[in-house]
Amino acid sequence: MPILEVKDIEKKFGTLQVLRKIDFSLEKGETLAIIGSSGSGKTTLLRCLNFLERPDKGRIVVNNEVIFDAMDPDTQRESEVRKKRLHFGLVFQNFNLFPQHTVLKNVTLAMELLAKERPNYKQDKKAILEEIQEKGKNLLSQVGLSDKLDCYPHMISGGQQQRVAIARALALEPDILCFDEPTSALDPELTGEVLKVIRNLAERNTTMIIVTHEMDFARDVADRVIFMDDGVIVEQGTPEEVFGNPREERTRQFLTRYKENSGNGSQC
Amino acid sequence: MNDIPVIISRLSESFLINCRLFALTLLFSLPLGLLIAFGSMSRFRPLRWLVRTFVWIIRGTPLMLQLIIIYFAPGLLNMAFSWPGGTSGRFVAATVAFIINYACYFSEIFRGGIESIPQGQYEAGQVLGMTKRQIFFNVILLQVVKRILPPVGNEVITLVKDTALARIIANKEIIMMAGEYSSKGLIWPLFATGIYFLAFVGALTLLLDWLEKKLSYFRT
Repeated sequence: MPILEVKDIEKKFGTLQVLRKIDFSLEKGETLAIIGSSGSGKTTLLRCLNFLERPDKGRIVVNNEVIFDAMDPDTQRESEVRKKRLHFGLVFQNFNLFPQHTVLKNVTLAMELLAKERPNYKQDKKAILEEIQEKGKNLLSQVGLSDKLDCYPHMISGGQQQRVAIARALALEPDILCFDEPTSALDPELTGEVLKVIRNLAERNTTMIIVTHEMDFARDVADRVIFMDDGVIVEQGTPEEVFGNPREERTRQFLTRYKENSGNGSQC
Repeated sequence: MNDIPVIISRLSESFLINCRLFALTLLFSLPLGLLIAFGSMSRFRPLRWLVRTFVWIIRGTPLMLQLIIIYFAPGLLNMAFSWPGGTSGRFVAATVAFIINYACYFSEIFRGGIESIPQGQYEAGQVLGMTKRQIFFNVILLQVVKRILPPVGNEVITLVKDTALARIIANKEIIMMAGEYSSKGLIWPLFATGIYFLAFVGALTLLLDWLEKKLSYFRT
């Protein structure tokens, strides 16, 4: 049984059709890479999954529970949405860390706020908060940042900031962790450390959707690959299929163009 | 009457009116300004329109005129409401006028500050399951405060000097007091009032610098 089923999602911005007939599913523990050129709708798709955009059509099903149905307004109520979006975590391209909070607080803040809704919060406040601190520290050591707990985001490098953002997203234990071009805002020499963390998560069977331009990484880490162009899924399959033996002309063109560009080194 | 210590103590006493007006105005106009800022950003169009029109009227007319209208209108229009008699009535009317006026200016500074926070900060809070309220208080507010501190500081310093306008409805603040001497030919008390304002603004400037330094531990 798939952990995520996306059924016939469509999205328009004004008259611009950004997503068309998006259909795919994801098994627990799988890593899915979404590739495609800029403007192909990859990011919008991730934003739809995280309720940052509302699809005009279609359904999103997590663990057999319909969490979004464009036809059913009951699934779109603000109070409902807030809980349901916790099925997903999202790591942004430009990190979006909270600048006024320490690295540790960035990771623990959401946990602390959610803990307030627990019925036993008042009695066990101290124990709960301690537990959250511990968890935050563990997550940060998982991404190799144990020595940065008390730093503020502007004091650490972009790669470190993105690792904090990953720890922050993991804190709420989402069923599916989404990455929106996690290394695109980084200097080339900093991408490695972030990719390593993601690779690590893949090895621990974290269910992930990664929108990326790092083709070699996608090929290496993903269990499945989706190629999108112009708002539609052109092709999906294993990395061997999509990268090694693409069926569609458009996929071939995209991959060729990509190879040419990366062969010439960085151009701009 | 022309005894220097006596004059100085009377000037100091009347400067307390400026100080009280200043403190009360800040205390109430800052939160009121935040409310007005929310109103002017409301997605409910009639409310937004109403609030923005109100801000336009207040910012578009002289504070001196507003003081006069607020103080005299209830009596002239035979309203059921009227200000208490005597000194206290004049002071309360002045305070109300100042609060409304400054709240409108602050609201625009707040609006600019709030709108300058990148969308990504809200989205980061949203995907972490925070409510709008939690996002505002735990993520946005302090960043806004840091960004708007310089323009708010400007307004606060202007307010110190604007308090002298309260004399238009016969609040015996420091310049009015000094004016009484100058109309009798004694000019130095009027010049001396400048020292009071300078000293007050100097202290405020130090406080604002301190606040700015306090918030320099992070960058937005």
